[in-house]
Amino acid sequence: MSARATLTRRRLIGGLGLLALPRLAHAQGFAGLSDSADGFAPVTPGKTFSFPADHGPHNDFRIEWWYITANLSGPSGKAFGLQWTLFRSAARPGPQGEGFDNQQLWMAHAAVTRADSHRSTEKYARGGIGQAGVEAKPFQAWIDDWQLRGTDTTDDQALAPLDMSASAPDFSYALHLEADRPVVLQGINGYSRKSERGQASYYYSQPFYRARGRLTFDDQPVEVTGQAWLDREWSSQPLSPDQSGWDWFALHFSGGEKLMLYRMRQGNGNYTSGTWVTADGASRPLGPDGIVMNPTETVAIGERKLPVGWRVEISALGIAIDSAPLNPKAWMGTRVPYWEGPISFKGSHTGVGYLELTGY
Amino acid sequence: MRVLSVRELTKSYRSGGEPIKVLRGVDLDLASGERVALTGESGSGKSTLLHLIAGLDAADGGEIILDGASVGALDDAGRAAIRRERLGLVFQQFNLVPSLSVQDNLSFQARLAGRHDPAWHTELVERLGLKMLLKRYPEQLSGGQQQRVAIGRALAIKPSLLLADEPTGNLDEDTADEVMALTRDLVTRTGCGFLMVTHSARLAAMLDRHVHLHAGRVA
Amino acid sequence: MRRALWILAVLLSHWRRHPMQLATLLIGLISATALWSGVQALNQQARSSYDRAAAIFGGARTPMLVATDGKMLPSSVFAELRRAGWPVSPVVEGRVQIDGRSIRLLGIEPFSIPKEVGDAPTVGRSELESFLTPPHRTLISPETLADLGLKESAAPRLSNDALLPPLMAQQQLAPGVLVVDISDAQRLLDKPGQISRLLVGKMSGKLPPLREFAAGRLQLVQPEAETDLERLTDSFHLNLTAFGLLSFVVGLFIVNSAIGLAFEQRLPVLRTLRACGVSARQLNSVLIGELIAFALVAGLVGLVCGYVIAAALLPNVAASLRGLYGAQVPGELNLRPEWWLAGLIISVAGALAAATTSLIKSMRLPILSTALPYAWQEAQRRWLRLQSSVALAFFAAAGLLLWFGQSLLAGFGVLAALMLGAALLLPAVLQLVLRLGERGARGALAQWFWADSRQQISGLSLALMALLMALAVNVGVATMVETFSRTFLVWLDGRLAADIYISAADEAQARDLQAWLRTRPEVQAVLPGGRAEVQVAGAPIDVLGLPDHDTYREHWPLLQAGDNPWKQLVRGDAGFVSEQLARRLNLSLGDSLDIPAPAGDWRISIAGIYADYGNPKGQVTVNVAALTRRFPATPMTRMAVRAAPADVPGVIAALTDKFGLDGRNVVDQATVKQESRQIFNRTFAVTGALNTFTLGVAAIALLTSLLTLANSRLPQLAPLWAIGLTRRRLAEVELLKTLSLAGLTALLALPLGLLVAWCLIAIVNVKAFGWRLPFDVFPLQLIRLLIVTLFAALIASLLPVLRLARMQPADLVRTFTIER
Repeated sequence: MSARATLTRRRLIGGLGLLALPRLAHAQGFAGLSDSADGFAPVTPGKTFSFPADHGPHNDFRIEWWYITANLSGPSGKAFGLQWTLFRSAARPGPQGEGFDNQQLWMAHAAVTRADSHRSTEKYARGGIGQAGVEAKPFQAWIDDWQLRGTDTTDDQALAPLDMSASAPDFSYALHLEADRPVVLQGINGYSRKSERGQASYYYSQPFYRARGRLTFDDQPVEVTGQAWLDREWSSQPLSPDQSGWDWFALHFSGGEKLMLYRMRQGNGNYTSGTWVTADGASRPLGPDGIVMNPTETVAIGERKLPVGWRVEISALGIAIDSAPLNPKAWMGTRVPYWEGPISFKGSHTGVGYLELTGY
Repeated sequence: MRVLSVRELTKSYRSGGEPIKVLRGVDLDLASGERVALTGESGSGKSTLLHLIAGLDAADGGEIILDGASVGALDDAGRAAIRRERLGLVFQQFNLVPSLSVQDNLSFQARLAGRHDPAWHTELVERLGLKMLLKRYPEQLSGGQQQRVAIGRALAIKPSLLLADEPTGNLDEDTADEVMALTRDLVTRTGCGFLMVTHSARLAAMLDRHVHLHAGRVA
Repeated sequence: MRRALWILAVLLSHWRRHPMQLATLLIGLISATALWSGVQALNQQARSSYDRAAAIFGGARTPMLVATDGKMLPSSVFAELRRAGWPVSPVVEGRVQIDGRSIRLLGIEPFSIPKEVGDAPTVGRSELESFLTPPHRTLISPETLADLGLKESAAPRLSNDALLPPLMAQQQLAPGVLVVDISDAQRLLDKPGQISRLLVGKMSGKLPPLREFAAGRLQLVQPEAETDLERLTDSFHLNLTAFGLLSFVVGLFIVNSAIGLAFEQRLPVLRTLRACGVSARQLNSVLIGELIAFALVAGLVGLVCGYVIAAALLPNVAASLRGLYGAQVPGELNLRPEWWLAGLIISVAGALAAATTSLIKSMRLPILSTALPYAWQEAQRRWLRLQSSVALAFFAAAGLLLWFGQSLLAGFGVLAALMLGAALLLPAVLQLVLRLGERGARGALAQWFWADSRQQISGLSLALMALLMALAVNVGVATMVETFSRTFLVWLDGRLAADIYISAADEAQARDLQAWLRTRPEVQAVLPGGRAEVQVAGAPIDVLGLPDHDTYREHWPLLQAGDNPWKQLVRGDAGFVSEQLARRLNLSLGDSLDIPAPAGDWRISIAGIYADYGNPKGQVTVNVAALTRRFPATPMTRMAVRAAPADVPGVIAALTDKFGLDGRNVVDQATVKQESRQIFNRTFAVTGALNTFTLGVAAIALLTSLLTLANSRLPQLAPLWAIGLTRRRLAEVELLKTLSLAGLTALLALPLGLLVAWCLIAIVNVKAFGWRLPFDVFPLQLIRLLIVTLFAALIASLLPVLRLARMQPADLVRTFTIER
């Protein structure tokens, strides 16, 4: 009985999740919703970002997220990965509804990964009542008792330091994040194109977080340190109808450089894009040409075949690397399912990072 | 060929706390085709001996070899199998199944043993003179007729040994003689051993050999 | 396998020759299974509808946070708790009026509803998507949709002019409730920013204490093992179950005697089979297999009969549950596969239990029959002694339960122990009576009569025991029902002393009505009343306000009262409490009770205790003026009117015409009384029907025992025939014997039945409902039952006796020639 009830609840939320989350949506579930942004604010080039205001929510836009991934290692050098994500989605445009009548729907995912285990969980809430939300100053993003928060002394340009926590029945974590460089605007001054036909989002990142804290698998705590990456993105219409999903990289190079790279899979060839960030924080947009991304290893999870190993070549930067997952089964069995897990790479360069595969 | 060999068989019963020795070391042999009468006064242990041979009761000591198998070493299922497949038993009270017709009474042991032989069945019916009675039930038969059915049932499996306990005890003399004669013929036809308990010297005389039990021993 | 089939065929051939025995066996199994599973079906149906009602989005099944003062909570407390890690989900609840009908409205927050909320209605994905997509939806059960006369997708307007989201029928939803999103509920109930309570999911980790939230107003209420509805209806279901169990036991008595007899008769066959080479294990396996096969066949038939019984009784059961407790039980039987399976299992288990002695005997069966004669007398004496000591143990248990037991279950335990004890003692008592008779007998035949009756007891004892139990229950229940209906009618007259009862739509209309009624010459008095609902000691109670008027002073069913009770009420610091409430809170005259009123606790002293039969809720009666002072928000919309009976229809017709009142708002006393009586009649109709079934099964037990006994009695009768008694005379003697045994049993059942009635009235009723009835004995009823019993025994013994009278001499002779 309760299994049935659970399923029902999931179904309900799944329905809303589809409404809410184009970034993670399958093409089929997404069709009909992505091409219409009636009443929501459009994404146009030339926006001037302003912090801390832009760290907060942009309720006029349909969707938005605060997305953190971290590559960590324990005392003995054992590798871990971690994810903390808060999504916002507006069910309708216009003035914000009062209390429970608010149109903002919030969804959060948390996951931890090690070579032999991957655990994930999700939460849902509606806005307007304080159960979930984001405030710009002092920065805090939360849903229930999960949070990502700064203090009065948090630097607005770097969005650091922050404290982050989440918990589930079988895992939990608490991490302190520091950074000494400002956030990096992706695409062209934060305007990130997702296809040749104008689908775009506002997008900035903080790839320079140094992380330390504690990660707990089944009540077994382990102290960890490492690097983390924040993605902030909002849009009303980020995908075109024929785009079925994407393959997304956030890479920390051993030399301190960062590389963001994605490939949108669409009907007539793929759309690739990326940003190269030097160790001192200077950025440079890449693509769509000059980027070669090819799967080298796939893993079957249920009915799905997922490309978890890749060869990436960017001749302009002299990059030719091969990536491998820490745990090929880093499947997010959430209502909106996708693959998200830590990877490492070697070749012309070495380093670690995160890979996200959606729409499979 | 020896069908039955009994060695040093002993058996005692308890009655009111006092053990009564019924068999005190009985030896007995019986060859195929041999017809033996077992006589003795009341309480001499002749029925007990028969029951022990049939595996209906367990002996205290000694050995019974039936068709090469030691009856004493077998468990209940094993003894049941011997009775089912190698022994024919005929009792004084006929012991037919009242709810089965003559036809079914005749065949059921053979069917239990999985060796129902229609030709042999027909021959038995013929020889026992039961042809007109097949559809009847035991209560509709006379004593002699009932005993003939019982004998037919016992022989239907073509046993190695036919055991009979006062088979004519409930019958009048003429009927008894008739039943005896039939039995003797059929035993000959079957080629099995025949051991009959009787207190009648007259009937005992109709058989090949005569074993007399006295005070728990073969006299 | 083949061999097993042959053995089975031989065993089965017995039944072909004894079809009556087979019929007995099957009838026993069928009636046992039928009544048991019929009652289970009723219980299951009712329980599943309670579950449905209780589980509406975490109704009473889930722990809850509520305000300590019982008021609404601010919405903000929800987010505060969630952010502190409390897995809570808010609920807004209230009542709305659609077309003059009041209906419960539940607002839920689907994102946070705990997974643990078991049995929540399953709603498809697309339906829930639309539930939350503007303009949202209202979930409603198909029954309620039909009751309201509305169609799906309709968006009815409420009496406060708010518009309900479009209706969407949900099969799984309990009737009588509308489910909407919490935002809609707040709007519809005009409770912006407020929530009624918070459901609590599975708590893990260390949570901050509740006193840190909502200014310490929160209180965690653990789910009760049972919902209110279940608790209220428990006694009713226990009643049904007790009957079901009794019938089951009686049915098994039949099975036991049939199997026992068949076993005795088949003993020679079993021996022959063993001699022909069937091992003991195989024989027993086949015997058990045969029994299980019978049990399955009979169980299946029994289940069908049980279904029919349940379907026939369900309307009455549903009506009384609705009338008594307001529980909504659909009138259409809907059984789960488990019910069928459980029925078959109980049939098989019952058959095996009833056959235990026979099966054990067969397992120990020596192939050679012992020559010892069966010493029935010695065995019977030993058996009687054992049985009697078990009986005494049962009596001791009954005494202990009576002394120490507190619960309703203990009350039924007392009943069960008493009955089983009495049943087990019955053979010994009969023995004693018969031995006395034998001592006083003159003449050979008379002596034989007594002695032979004594010997017959062992064969008939099971049937007689079944008869005793069935009769005792019959007497007990009949006495209780009769007592209740008399008490109830008197009480109803007192409670419904006024002639017309009116409930106005609002206070303005109530004022108009009163003004108009006062102008009417035929109206003798207008008595406005009010009612408030409060929580006392964790349970809801009604506070009833009555005006100070002769109508009440003369008729109110006070059980106990101090001096000038009504004068005390007018002072405003005294009240009457209902018997149930007085028992529950252990209140007596002169005690005081604090009623939580909006302006603080209202302490009243108890000036009287009155009967309030049939009301599961506690009730306090105060003066109406005092009530409105303490509860200013109480709507004064109710009033009672005194008028001569002849004028009542005229007044009602005028009210209907002038104020548009209909049957829901105005009702005359006669109608209310009739409805109340109907509810109770239906409740007891169910009890009565089961009662009759039980008696019927006992009669079958008697009949079958006699039939099976008749055959084995021939050897005992034949010598009497041989020494010169005619068959007719023999039959007469046999008949007389059976009747006297049955009559004796019935006579013994009367005092036992009265004891049962006393238990029901003084223990079970008080524990179950909270009221105690006066204990009356109705001699006419007892005599009627005695006659019915003797008649049943006569019919039961007639068939075997007729057979005996018609028996051919040859058959009697045969008993001498055939060794049995």
